[in-house]
Amino acid sequence: MDIWLFYLFALVIVGASLGVIGQRSPMHSVLFLILSFGALAALYVQLDSPFAAVAQIIIYAGAIMVLFLFVVMLLNASHEDDDPGARAPVPVGVKVSGCLLALLLLVELTWALTRVGRPAVEKDAASADSVSSVHEIGRVLFTDYAFAFEVTSVLILVAMIGAVVLAKRKV
Amino acid sequence: MVTLDHYLILSALLFAIGTVGVFLRRNIITLLLSVEIMLNAVNLTFVAVGRYLGSVDGQIIVFFVMTVAAAEAAVGLALVIAIFRHGETLSPDAFTSLKW
Repeated sequence: MDIWLFYLFALVIVGASLGVIGQRSPMHSVLFLILSFGALAALYVQLDSPFAAVAQIIIYAGAIMVLFLFVVMLLNASHEDDDPGARAPVPVGVKVSGCLLALLLLVELTWALTRVGRPAVEKDAASADSVSSVHEIGRVLFTDYAFAFEVTSVLILVAMIGAVVLAKRKV
Repeated sequence: MVTLDHYLILSALLFAIGTVGVFLRRNIITLLLSVEIMLNAVNLTFVAVGRYLGSVDGQIIVFFVMTVAAAEAAVGLALVIAIFRHGETLSPDAFTSLKW
């Protein structure tokens, strides 16, 4: 049962990701990516990680993708072929070498990532409880990772100021 | 039984799709979306390995990756708006104006 759910969601994720890069309208790309993120959140639930799943929906699909949608609508982003600034289509050489590089990357990543053997992810119910506990995540986040958490707030501040300065009309 | 390998191979596939997107598309917004796909492939790896090791560290790293993705999207989209205002185009070709 689990394996079929996994294949279903994996199919949706891969299909939607191919949809993102496969067609030329930015609006459709963003909507496909939201679909892909939703299916990814379902996989996180299967991995006993409800915190990651909820953060994925709220932060990624809810906040970051809406930001992208805003910009696509604000700029009235055209179909890729109608863009007056596009001088020439991507040369065939670049396309072929890009696909080759991605293929190499896929083979290499698969080889490197699967060196750990073939263990089952769900090992026992006891570790499922400890992994899915939001209480435990909060405790570790604010003790072991407290410094990284504070640095994150500086990063957000820098990004905010940077975005305001960049998008301002007169600097 | 879903094994760790299933998740890792799916993640490698997603990362490769993101790479292809960066090379094939000529729209700066779609390029940023491809980068988001790659970040999500890495997130999936963290969650799967964290589940395998029975530790919450994976999910905490995912939280930080999401923060970085949000910052990257904000700054990247601000750059896109600034350049669009300058040249009325979303093509990466227009980014040659960054060369002073």
